[in-house]
Amino acid sequence: MNEVADRVPETLDPVDRRIVTATQAGLPLVPAPYAEIGRWLGLTEAEVIARMEAMQARGVIRRIAVAPNHYALGMTANGMSVWDVDDARASALGQRVGALPYVTHCYLRPRARPMWPYNLFAMLHGSTREEVEAKRQDVAALLGDACAASDILYSTRILKKTGLRLRDGD
Amino acid sequence: MNRRTVLPEGSLDATDRAILNALQDGFPLSPRPFDEAAEPLGLAGAELIARLARLREVGATTRFGPFFDAAAMGGAFCLCAMAVPEADFEAVVTKVNAHDEVAHNYARDHALNMWFVLATDTPEGIDRTAAEIERETGLEVLMFPKLEEFFIGFRVQA
Repeated sequence: MNEVADRVPETLDPVDRRIVTATQAGLPLVPAPYAEIGRWLGLTEAEVIARMEAMQARGVIRRIAVAPNHYALGMTANGMSVWDVDDARASALGQRVGALPYVTHCYLRPRARPMWPYNLFAMLHGSTREEVEAKRQDVAALLGDACAASDILYSTRILKKTGLRLRDGD
Repeated sequence: MNRRTVLPEGSLDATDRAILNALQDGFPLSPRPFDEAAEPLGLAGAELIARLARLREVGATTRFGPFFDAAAMGGAFCLCAMAVPEADFEAVVTKVNAHDEVAHNYARDHALNMWFVLATDTPEGIDRTAAEIERETGLEVLMFPKLEEFFIGFRVQA
């Protein structure tokens, strides 16, 4: 899951909230995009930049970047790999798994024994199922004896996928 | 363009790939950010803008701009899973998806065969929605809230 917000962000002041709403579909492709956003909202370029910097510092904006369409680029296979990792080492190892270039959405989550012994989740991407399985072996090697069990779940069907959107101020 | 379409061979040149690789990591918050980002790529700002427009047009990118952390803005999220008997699967899909709080939902090849994400205004909304789904379906909803995130960003080698 990524990142664009749903729901009312009550922790944002009204001006920040308008900036979020104005930019959640993307930055305008013009030479001075922050000045352009300012024109939409009646703010100066400096105000827009300062507020976005502050939101980035608070973690409201994680980053400003391009998101490649990994499917279009040939990464058509993906699986949710899950790992039962020794709690004492899970945080440090999760950091290393999350840094692998083919991993997205890497999280520590609670186990639900007995059905679910896994605490580390990492989405693996590749151009084929075989490639994803090979990457899974690489992750297993990285985790080594800290990992007691693992599995990988492939999606068989998308049952619902909503475009998450922040509602405009109400 | 459909997001679930692979671009034909040769759709992207080396400069396009360099742009995709470079701009996954960040983009400046400055008055002339395209000029600034274009320079290390050996491009002019106007050419970077034109190429980004084309990359979006052909579907090579899904988004260009700020990525927001919904939790930091006051929302709550939780990954949930259920073990749904095959015979009831479609009926349960209908009941689960009827909740606006269900942001996405995937069938997966496991005993826990339904995985969905709840997104609510408040943390209490997560528990309330999960309890409603349990009552409506008679099935247990296992909850997997994130305890720690290892967010490095997804670097597709374009």
